[in-house]
Amino acid sequence: MKKASLTCLMAMAAIAPLALTACGGGSSQSAPNEKVDSLTVLDYYNNEPDKTHIQGALDKCAEQLGVTLKRETVPGKDLIQKVLQRSSSRTLPDVLMLDNPDVQEIAATGGLAPLDDFGVDTSGFAQGMLDAATYEGKVYGLAPTANTLGLFYNKEMLTAAGIQPPKTWDELEAAAEKLTTGDRYGLAFSAIATYEGSWQFLPFMWTNGGEETDLKSPKVAEALGFIDGLVSSGSASKSVVNWSQADVRDQFAAGKAAMMINGPWQIPSLAKTPNIKWAAVQVPVNGQGQTPVAPLGGEVWTVPQTGNKAKQAKSAELVQCISSDENQLALAKERFTVPTKTALAGEYVKAVPEMAAFTEQVANAQSRTGKLGKEWPKTATVMYTAIQLALTDQASPQEAFTKAEAK
Amino acid sequence: MAERDRRRRGFRREHLVQALFLAPAALFLLLFFGYPVVKNVVMSLQEYTTRTFFTGEAPWVGLANYATAVGSSLFAPAMLNTALFTLGSIAGQFVIGLALANFFKRRFPLSGFLRSMLLLPWLLPLIVSSATWRSMLDQDSGILNAFLRNLGVIQEPVPWLTSPSVALLAVVLVNIWVGIPFNVTLLYGGLQEIPEELYEAGAVDGATGWKAFWHITWPNLRPVASVVLVLGVVYTLKVLDIILGLTNGGPANATQTLAVRSYQESFVNFQFGVGAAFSNILILISLVFAVVYLRMNRRAVDE
Repeated sequence: MKKASLTCLMAMAAIAPLALTACGGGSSQSAPNEKVDSLTVLDYYNNEPDKTHIQGALDKCAEQLGVTLKRETVPGKDLIQKVLQRSSSRTLPDVLMLDNPDVQEIAATGGLAPLDDFGVDTSGFAQGMLDAATYEGKVYGLAPTANTLGLFYNKEMLTAAGIQPPKTWDELEAAAEKLTTGDRYGLAFSAIATYEGSWQFLPFMWTNGGEETDLKSPKVAEALGFIDGLVSSGSASKSVVNWSQADVRDQFAAGKAAMMINGPWQIPSLAKTPNIKWAAVQVPVNGQGQTPVAPLGGEVWTVPQTGNKAKQAKSAELVQCISSDENQLALAKERFTVPTKTALAGEYVKAVPEMAAFTEQVANAQSRTGKLGKEWPKTATVMYTAIQLALTDQASPQEAFTKAEAK
Repeated sequence: MAERDRRRRGFRREHLVQALFLAPAALFLLLFFGYPVVKNVVMSLQEYTTRTFFTGEAPWVGLANYATAVGSSLFAPAMLNTALFTLGSIAGQFVIGLALANFFKRRFPLSGFLRSMLLLPWLLPLIVSSATWRSMLDQDSGILNAFLRNLGVIQEPVPWLTSPSVALLAVVLVNIWVGIPFNVTLLYGGLQEIPEELYEAGAVDGATGWKAFWHITWPNLRPVASVVLVLGVVYTLKVLDIILGLTNGGPANATQTLAVRSYQESFVNFQFGVGAAFSNILILISLVFAVVYLRMNRRAVDE
């Protein structure tokens, strides 16, 4: 009996961690002291070289503002959990970095302070980025730089096949087919069962006039049909349903894909395989005259409601400082991202010509949460489910979204 | 009289001391296992969203979250997948574990070294194992397909993680690999407990090989085996990392289990109430197995 009850306890112990733990305790220090000499920062740039680049920008601003920073970095996938835990224990950092599609979700909790409260100037920023950081008419954060998706191509492979970088879907399809040989695919992209899969579908959907608020429209189905066609014809691997964007980069870097849909944040790691000569263009469009519309990526710096007004004001200054012209250009050059102030585009492209296509793409890019707001997670789930249903032949592109929604 | 009194007081003091020794453990269990379970039940009855974390407001919604969980079209497939995943994993882990434990019972050169190598899957972080397996199972460039093709076992590459009809089998295979060390270790211990004389006596009566296994090993191993199986079931029901690392519940929801549903509702869709409902259903299923195990043991004691 003793042994049995021990096993029962062990069994309980085994399942209990599954239960959600909410951390209580902790209290906010709200004494509005005059002088602020230190701020806490939380972000997810925990990998090099980004970690150092961001640290550089933070340090510069901290010096200007006369404060010391205590910075904590966590892995990307842990950030939201950390933020939620901290908001329930009232221990949010003074400055919080969020991925832009999460800003509205977190702003809706009431945990963030509108930048208006501190007189932060938000003029001159790309509209898509402001849309992403706007909740109920108020801007909650600024992003120093942005990124988006484009079409990378292997210059040598295209030259060898006598192909120009594709501008339309037809050209892309033809190029992908021609470039597929042996164990090499023409095109690689991510259609994984995470938000990455949905994010990679957006340029095709949006460029074709599809809307995230009306996923059952023929235009969305047409976009899905196009991608599905690439996989079923064998121009793209069936493995795309299991590839993250990092996997896609690995395929491209290994020469196993002649083209790929990916973002400029992959450029530093592509530099590690100098034998792959690449260039990038905007994601191709379906018909002549369409404007390529890609999703806007990038991280937004926000000021949480910590209750300490003096510190919050200082934090807002820090947020403003990180997004200053000088910092935007410096960070953009170091990290292969695009300045969010549209006026800086010309100067930036002059300095980093390989970013020309992405810079142009960012100018027309849309935010994922601009129309959906807090509904983005739900819609993104429907999107990647539909993509997976179509690519694995569980549903036709026309019925995939209906089937995915019925979950 | 006085003698008995003193003895009783001594007896009481002894009890008090025992209780004091137990208190930290009990407190620990209550705090770290009791609280989350209760909290999880409470959460499943509330509309618990991201907002709740900041404001603390979580309106009561009764059983609505359970209705959402059970009513979703993914519930039945997730139940079935959970059952198949658990049964397949347990069967594979146990049979291979038992075979290996028997194998290592014999003494041979390097057996100690090999046995410690066998623990490797246990020592690796699950996220590392699943990443490694993911690249090994890749349809085009994975080492497993290349190996099978060179052996002539297959002509066409197997779509391990990219076909909805194969993916569940693939995650089961990986989970078997992960679970083998646990099974071998416990079963090996169990085998060591069986006195050598039994085999010697059996051999005299002609019980060797399989006969010895069925008539001596298996009956003596049963108590250990049932612990291994029940713990295995409870552990496997809640496996999450392996599936997330390999397929994220895909392709096309083919590897959705209750644990994956619970994770995705909570941390992907931010529906913490629904996520809690899913995990409570899972806890209930685990409890059923725990109770079955207790019953089994009580009968054994009564006999």
